[in-house]
Amino acid sequence: MAFFLETLLGGLMAGMLYSLVALGFVLIYKASGVFNFAQGAMVLFAALAMARFAEWIPAWTGITSPVAANLIAFGIAGFLMFVVAWIIERLVLRHLVNQEGTTLLMATLGISYFLDGMGQTIFGSDIYKIDVGMPKEPIMAFEQMFEGGILINKEDLYAALIAAVLVAALSLFFQKTATGRALRAVADDHQAAQSIGIPLNRIWVIVWCVAGVVALVAGMIWGSKLGVQFSLTTVALRALPVVILGGLTSVPGAIVGGLIIGVGEKLSEVFLGPYVGGGIEIWFAYVLALLFLLVRPQGLFGEKIIDRV
Amino acid sequence: MSTATPAAVAPIGAKKKIGEVILEVKNISLGFGGVKALTDISFDVREHEVRAIIGPNGAGKSSMLNCINGVYTPQQGSISFRGQTFKHMNSHQVAVMGIGRTFQNLALFKGMSVLDNIMSGRNLKIKSNLLMQALRIGPAEREEIMHREAVERIIDFLEIQAFRKTPVGQLPYGLQKRVDLGRALAMEPKVLLLDEPMAGMNVEEKQDMCRFVLDVNDEFGTTIVLIEHDMGVVMDISDRVVVLDYGKKIGDGTPEEVRNNPDVISAYLGTSH
Repeated sequence: MAFFLETLLGGLMAGMLYSLVALGFVLIYKASGVFNFAQGAMVLFAALAMARFAEWIPAWTGITSPVAANLIAFGIAGFLMFVVAWIIERLVLRHLVNQEGTTLLMATLGISYFLDGMGQTIFGSDIYKIDVGMPKEPIMAFEQMFEGGILINKEDLYAALIAAVLVAALSLFFQKTATGRALRAVADDHQAAQSIGIPLNRIWVIVWCVAGVVALVAGMIWGSKLGVQFSLTTVALRALPVVILGGLTSVPGAIVGGLIIGVGEKLSEVFLGPYVGGGIEIWFAYVLALLFLLVRPQGLFGEKIIDRV
Repeated sequence: MSTATPAAVAPIGAKKKIGEVILEVKNISLGFGGVKALTDISFDVREHEVRAIIGPNGAGKSSMLNCINGVYTPQQGSISFRGQTFKHMNSHQVAVMGIGRTFQNLALFKGMSVLDNIMSGRNLKIKSNLLMQALRIGPAEREEIMHREAVERIIDFLEIQAFRKTPVGQLPYGLQKRVDLGRALAMEPKVLLLDEPMAGMNVEEKQDMCRFVLDVNDEFGTTIVLIEHDMGVVMDISDRVVVLDYGKKIGDGTPEEVRNNPDVISAYLGTSH
């Protein structure tokens, strides 16, 4: 029982991180109807910026406190993501208004390669580390209830908490502010939104910027776990099954989807793995997503697709 | 044909004063590839009046409205609004100038509640910035309350109090049309463009909608340009009527004049050869 709980918790915490990356996809898809292939590249770009500035700032300014250096680096990386969002809107999206979905998809593929290359040109292509002072040692919990207690990875726990706070803040922003309302309006109907004076261009910059900040937080957390390197872009691929499961248009879907995938991966690895020789974790999510596509293509929370023939 | 007689519900012309020309359309031509949607259309709209654009299917009524609204850019001609002439406009700029609109095929924000839909119509009036909204600092909070009050007045006016929190996708068609009108009203527009506000409605819903349109015109002094299919409705509520057929203007004047115009009669009823 204790072991099951331990696996479950580990899965939930890993799932929260998947949700975070998936959220980036959902935000942009909702507001501009584009599946943003560049989300992975944005994660890498943001993480690279964060890692390198955290390294450079003490050298440049003589700030020795790692906390201050990390905070400033986070700020600069956040600002860079805003600039990236602005440039993408200016140079790409603005010219592709009302184009086919496929055209936009290809455009984000282009953005993805551009950002990959650009990031490594500016910041270098080695493996860098982000050290935001996440505690590495595990903690024991529920020692009274189970013999030996449950082992919880503190780093995962903190990461999950950060992700949860970010998700909650974003949902509040979307539900409670006038700008959030405008964002939801654009997501529902571009033309109607324009007719009541909501500026599409500004909304797009905001959405890409928010997705950029989400990418930054995801990049920071994953980067501090795995190191900042090119393979970080594949983290986005791990979030793909999450959005298929949760539905591309639903923020709660991204969260629930992430948790299901996270838990499913861990539980299947531990309890099914031994029978099929292990290694389930790597492909489990994709198979689950495939099954979902067959049964419920709009995902758990997505809008049902009804096409007029 | 005369299905609704709202004149009995809300007498028009009681306190209304028709003013100067507020919107002027000059020699507009619009084509899509080889198809001519509009040919050399000119007409004007006076302040505080109800101006109708009528015509058979495919006459170019919606195209005309979309030109004024900045959705289409006409190849020729110009449109002036309150003395300002514009050629290339997008819907957003038009909204900023004070022209609101509703849609023929409902373009509401379906996932959002009635309240949120109408609140989003206040977008242009919101002055507090993103940061203030996010942190809920004083002025942003006060502003939100102020706009909420304005929206509540509209909700009362349209008699949809009971559906405030309902997602609009779940409302019946007639009520959705009202929400569409409410969202446009929330902008407090100078001119309101209504694209077939009564299309697909039953008689009772049509009467309600007529009453709302006339009340808006009366109480808020909003100038109204409406497209309508139903001749009876148009003749009852409009001050002047433009008639389009195959993208050309074939009639313009008071309902009485238009009704007796031989070209209009033949367009609607067909001519005997």
